[in-house]
Amino acid sequence: MSEASPARSSPASPWAIARRRFLGHWQAMLGLAVLIVLGLLSLLSPLIAPLDPSVDLANRLQAPSAANWLGTDDAGYDMFRLLLAGSRVSLLIGFLSVGIAITLGTVVGAVAGYAGGRADALLMRIVDLFLSVPRLVLLITAVALLRPSIALIVIVLGLTGWMGVARLVRGQVLAVREREHVLAARALGYRPLRILFRHILPNVLTPVIVAATLGIGNAILAEAALSYLGLGVQPPDTSWGLIIFSGQDRMLDAWWITAFPGILIALTVMAFNLVGDGLRDALDPRHAQ
Amino acid sequence: MSPGLLRYAGRRVLQAVPLLLGILTLTFVLMHLAPGDPTATYLTDNVSPEVVEQTRARLGLDQPVPVQYVKWITAFATGDFGRSYVGGEPEVRQVIGAALPNTLLLGLVSLVLIFGVGCLIGVIQAVRQYSVSDTTLTIGSLALYSMPGFWLGLMLQIAVSSGWWPDALALPVSGMIDVRAHSSMTPMQQWLDVARHLVLPTVALGLASAAGIARYMRGEMLEVIHQDYVRTARAKGLSERRVIFRHALRNALIPIVSLLGLYLPALIGGSVVIEKVFAWPGMGLLLYDSVYARDYPVVMAATFLFGALVVAGNLVSDLLYAAVDPRIRHE
Repeated sequence: MSEASPARSSPASPWAIARRRFLGHWQAMLGLAVLIVLGLLSLLSPLIAPLDPSVDLANRLQAPSAANWLGTDDAGYDMFRLLLAGSRVSLLIGFLSVGIAITLGTVVGAVAGYAGGRADALLMRIVDLFLSVPRLVLLITAVALLRPSIALIVIVLGLTGWMGVARLVRGQVLAVREREHVLAARALGYRPLRILFRHILPNVLTPVIVAATLGIGNAILAEAALSYLGLGVQPPDTSWGLIIFSGQDRMLDAWWITAFPGILIALTVMAFNLVGDGLRDALDPRHAQ
Repeated sequence: MSPGLLRYAGRRVLQAVPLLLGILTLTFVLMHLAPGDPTATYLTDNVSPEVVEQTRARLGLDQPVPVQYVKWITAFATGDFGRSYVGGEPEVRQVIGAALPNTLLLGLVSLVLIFGVGCLIGVIQAVRQYSVSDTTLTIGSLALYSMPGFWLGLMLQIAVSSGWWPDALALPVSGMIDVRAHSSMTPMQQWLDVARHLVLPTVALGLASAAGIARYMRGEMLEVIHQDYVRTARAKGLSERRVIFRHALRNALIPIVSLLGLYLPALIGGSVVIEKVFAWPGMGLLLYDSVYARDYPVVMAATFLFGALVVAGNLVSDLLYAAVDPRIRHE
């Protein structure tokens, strides 16, 4: 693939082909539709379905009905509204932590691949190290020693999610850095940073986008697990994992409090996975069916 | 073992050492990032400053950080994890020693499920590519792959506890043994008791990863099935079963072995939540309880051991890979 600039003049540019392939990928379109609906509901929820903060004990533990589609929890909150409030936190944590992870991973991978030698060896050992400690264990330990907050969860999820991206970027940089257009840029006397950002990194953009899409799903799962253990998002904030945590004591008689957040998590993660797979198929000709 | 494999094994074991040191350092740094020091949670508020000083000295907290670091490394290297802060201060080694085998049991049984079921489903899908069962299994594995394992565990508990679950298939939903009846059972019955308690946690822990393996296996099998030697095997007139299992599957399994290292951290990390859901008395439940009890020595030792388990698992997976694919040793 050449430079990542969209060539508008030619209808058969790699980007146009990729876009057409992505739009024709029905699984990816399904995933994208789910994400758009969820994203809109989540963004607009303060307007369309605000959470009434007053506890309504007369209305608690109601099974799903016409008035409360998804039932109510044991404080009388409407589950649908509660889940939308939770979606804001869960999605926010997913996006922000993956933002940190891909930034960190890209920097580390680019430096390792471009500098080579000892810096490369050292950075790759650090990647191995972070890959050795299970993410959830590191999350639990960090939260236990510091104090659980959304910011800390985002940071730790970011710090435990960058290794795949770093390996990916390093590999791509190694593959690209001896290509003619990079050698030409070097011969012109451009500074290494300019070469890195203008001539090398655009080539790694596509696999990183795929990794980011899949990473958001993983981050949402990790946050859910952490919050389910009571070590993640803390009240009065709420997230899908925390709703499962709050529902599990009444799980056998009020199954809907535990069941619906999980279904929503699975649906969201699946949508991200479908979009990620679709992007990979569209952007990488070898993966196309 | 051939000399080549032995040399490779030696090199890989040596590579694991700095990794373990790194995990130790990471744990140490984490502990010292924590605000205040452990005595704040270890002692109640109304003790005299002298007692605080004595405790700090006893725990080694009065020494400079580099000294503490070296002591910590040497102690851990010799398997001395110190003493727990709670309940009569038992040695951390003993606390961990009681929990570790249970986690290994759960993890190993899950691994068998993950690779056994995952490969089987992948093969079925590949053999019937684009059939209704292939499509159904693809959608099913994608859904399972996207589910939180702990939530699947909770749903299984609801299902097993509900009225329509057949009595003949009754399964325990928590713990590792039937506490009241276990001691009066014959050894055979005790094994069976543990096995029955294992069913739900294993399924909850392993099903998502099994779905991941199935997705991968399907692709590998499809690639292998179209190779020339498989066509040759068919042309020789071998039965389809023999072609698939003896010729295609064996070669498709080679790259699957390398996935072991990929799924292991997720499996071990996942066991923390699954053990909490099912009250399975392993390392995960221990970590969780110790976090709430602010029992730092146990938290640190458990964190380190989780990392060590991953390193060890990766080592085994690399050696297995080198054993089944000789090309790897000569990289």
